Amino acid sequence: MDLITPGFGLVFWTAVTFIFLLVILRKFAWNPILGAVSDREEGIKSALSSAENARKEMENLTADNERILKEARAERQAMLKEARELKNNMIETAKTEAKEEANKLVAQAQLAIAAEKKAAIADLKSVVAELSISIAETVVREELSDKAKQEKLVESMLENATLN
Amino acid sequence: MNPLRTILFSTLFLSISFIGFAKEKETTQDDAPFDPKAMILHHVKDAHEFHLWDWKGSPVSLSLPIILWTENGFTSFSSSEFHHDDEGHTIVEANGGSFVKLHEKIYQLDAGVTAIDYDSEHHPINAQKPLDFSITRNVFMMWISVALLLFVFLTTARSYKKSKDGVPTGLAGFMEPLIVFVRDEIGKPMIGEHKYKRYMPYLLTIFFFIWINNIFGLIPILNGANLSGNIAFTFTLAVFTFIITTFSGNKNYWKHIFWMPGVPVPMKIFLMPIEIIGMFVKPISLMIRLFANITAGHVIILALMSLIFVFKSVAIAPVSVAFSLFITVIEIIVTAIQAYIFTILSALYFGMATEEEH
Repeated sequence: MDLITPGFGLVFWTAVTFIFLLVILRKFAWNPILGAVSDREEGIKSALSSAENARKEMENLTADNERILKEARAERQAMLKEARELKNNMIETAKTEAKEEANKLVAQAQLAIAAEKKAAIADLKSVVAELSISIAETVVREELSDKAKQEKLVESMLENATLN
Repeated sequence: MNPLRTILFSTLFLSISFIGFAKEKETTQDDAPFDPKAMILHHVKDAHEFHLWDWKGSPVSLSLPIILWTENGFTSFSSSEFHHDDEGHTIVEANGGSFVKLHEKIYQLDAGVTAIDYDSEHHPINAQKPLDFSITRNVFMMWISVALLLFVFLTTARSYKKSKDGVPTGLAGFMEPLIVFVRDEIGKPMIGEHKYKRYMPYLLTIFFFIWINNIFGLIPILNGANLSGNIAFTFTLAVFTFIITTFSGNKNYWKHIFWMPGVPVPMKIFLMPIEIIGMFVKPISLMIRLFANITAGHVIILALMSLIFVFKSVAIAPVSVAFSLFITVIEIIVTAIQAYIFTILSALYFGMATEEEH
């Protein structure tokens, strides 16, 4: 029966000792140790998460770089295309303009030619008129003297008269 | 590890070992001149002196102080004054009283009595038991264990203070996994993420206190300093668990005891006494489990050793030694398992007491 009857003395000493042990260990061991362990765990957790963040950022950066590169490439392509178009346009425009200019020049030249021609014809007309008048004068004078001679003169004069 | 599975396994394991113990004890209780029962009980129970070994027929022991509360106040003398007498023959005079030691109990003889007398059942009739605050073998071992625990864990705590980044070094590297185990496998799952912190000092203290004393009980030279197999020790720890459970009980806990929600009224009335009994059965089961397991372990090892003397043959020694070695190895596992079970069940009770309504 002794074996299963708690002895008073041992209960007393166990209680005292256990409370003492609990108080001392709680203050000087468990709280500092658990604090240090959980601090370290927090540290590891935050380090891991910041590493993860850094990795994500890195990924973002790489993605950004890729995107920028792609954009740049596309832009270059676009620019080249634009330049090519521009060049073609310019050539086209230049061609058109040149043709127009040429046409204009030709037209002007034609106009000038036509005007010259008109002037020349007018000139000729006046010369012919003068000539005719002078011939007529001469003829009239000759006729007045000798009919045969007059005719001969007219003929010779007509022969000499060259129409430009 | 799944805690439920752990408990189930341990229970199974322990029930098997109980059967083993019961059988062994019977086989050793024969009528040989050598009395294994007396020897075993002597080793398992507490004692007023620390008997180490016998040398040339006389015992070599460490004397421990005897402290008694008598009518004349505290009375104290050394246990060596009994000269290893445990039969009540040697009378020690101290502080106006006469004392004898009988089966590791101190009796104060009534005034004027010079020798102890017994009734037919060998109970003293002319002596009273004063309150005994003696530093017994178990108290002594308990203090050694406390010294060791303080040394180990204060050193551990200091090593954290020294290392600035909180990296465990030396002893801390060894103790930290155990502390983290108690926190992550006992505290957190049983009590819950938000409330476990308050109970951690208690859980850690009982875990290591029980474990170290279980281990001390297995050291042969300490001769059955069976502190954690003493019912007074397990009773005290169970009372602490009971007090903490009761004082941390919230509204929900008390409601579950006195007016179980979600069942019909007759059932509520029926459940109330059961729940009230349950409140007390829980710590009582803690007390008995630890006491019985550790004591049974000691009993079987001693019983196996007794076989040599019961059969009076050296030939049986290899068998005895082999079996007791086997049991000792199991007991080493049991030291940890029992500390773990006591702690996890305490945590479970705290968790039940603080559980919120859901």
